Amino acid sequence: MCLAVPGQIVETAEEGLARTARVSFGGLVKQISLAVLPEARVGDYVMVHAGFAISVVDEAEAAEVWGVLEQMAALAEEETP
Amino acid sequence: MRFVSEYRDAAACQQLAQAIERLVTRPWTIMEVCGGQTHAIVKFGLDQLLPPQVTLIHGPGCPVCVTPLEMIEKALQLAARPEVTFCSFGDMLRVPGCSQDLLAVKASGGDVRVVYSPLDAVQLARDEPDREVVFFAVGFETTAPANAMAAVQAHELGLPNFSLLVSHVLVPPAVESLLSAPDCRIEGLLAAGHVCTVMGCHEYEPLAARYHVPIVVTGFEPVDILQGVHACLRQLEEGRAEVENAYARSVRPEGNQPAQELIREVFEVVPRKWRGLGEIPRSGLGLREPYAALDAERRFGLTDTDVPEPEACLSGQVLQGLTRPMDCPAFGRECTPEHPLGATMVSSEGTCAAYYHYRRQRGLQSPRSPAEGSA
Ligand code: SF4
Repeated sequence: MCLAVPGQIVETAEEGLARTARVSFGGLVKQISLAVLPEARVGDYVMVHAGFAISVVDEAEAAEVWGVLEQMAALAEEETP
Repeated sequence: MRFVSEYRDAAACQQLAQAIERLVTRPWTIMEVCGGQTHAIVKFGLDQLLPPQVTLIHGPGCPVCVTPLEMIEKALQLAARPEVTFCSFGDMLRVPGCSQDLLAVKASGGDVRVVYSPLDAVQLARDEPDREVVFFAVGFETTAPANAMAAVQAHELGLPNFSLLVSHVLVPPAVESLLSAPDCRIEGLLAAGHVCTVMGCHEYEPLAARYHVPIVVTGFEPVDILQGVHACLRQLEEGRAEVENAYARSVRPEGNQPAQELIREVFEVVPRKWRGLGEIPRSGLGLREPYAALDAERRFGLTDTDVPEPEACLSGQVLQGLTRPMDCPAFGRECTPEHPLGATMVSSEGTCAAYYHYRRQRGLQSPRSPAEGSA
């Protein structure tokens, strides 16, 4: 139940009590609340849980993971003659 | 942009597994707290990629599993009332109470509906003013902002026919209860990434220091999990016990502040009984006074009843990482996902169900490549 799914914001709107967004999950578009993510903008990838965007996915941090992996691979090659 | 598919990359998983193998010099036991991670580990066979010295044990991080039977009974009582439309996330529907589950209540005429978001339940209450709409507010910190927002909306709209059956739980107090147990085997912990996305990492710092366990905030895809395991083992091998964030693409150290404010606005910390673990102080959320009118237990005058667990079920032990599902005599015999005895078999994120689905012929199955299983 704690899984959140990444999707991309295609449109935002002010609606009644809070900001909402239309978020595309690989083509499937859903209405999502931005109540706890006021800084989210169109084009951002957000993690969505129970109809709420809970974080903007940080692209630089996402890339970081693969940098670490490359370093590991390089280290392994050094070790094995 | 890399989100899901590349985090399931088999080559990257192999690379991480090899890095882990080079790192490990002795046996270690690591617990992943979250049911979503348990599910991914068993589904992708990640534990089988790890060197034999590394044992992963599974924690109590499945809100469906830890919801106490009394609460399920209350849900069943409410759902059976003719004036009530009972709304819940889908995975609560099949949790057995003493004699039946919500699906059975639905089959015998109860108005039980699955919603995707608690806001859908609020909308239902607006659309159908003649019905009493009750939402089953379960979950960890990840779900709490959404449920809090439902309460705020209902309150602001002055909806007289909406209420919440609240059985919210908090992860760090449960982790502390496990770490302080005399038979605790946990040497390192993977903390659930989406709980930390909301709450940040600070609550784990005193725990890492007091119990001298490294706590690594970890994501849910195979690469994320192996990276979390790697970071945790590196700390163990170096004798460190720090809080480390291996899921920084979603988790900021301070968490999501507006979400935390919303939770504090609506909820207060209360003691909560956990299925299998008993009552843990300060481990749950209950509605604060301004929102107490939305409390379904009050509105419908529900009282506490003591409901014993089925005797054959070891899910309490399974939730604490003390027993493995296949060591339960009922596993796959009297207890299956079709006829579950305990909640850890019912919920798709439950440890018993994960093992049943992916590891039926245990030991007979060769390690699977992570790329094989795609959700
Ligand atoms: S296999 Fe079934 S009976 Fe055994 S611990 Fe798991 S849920 Fe309980």
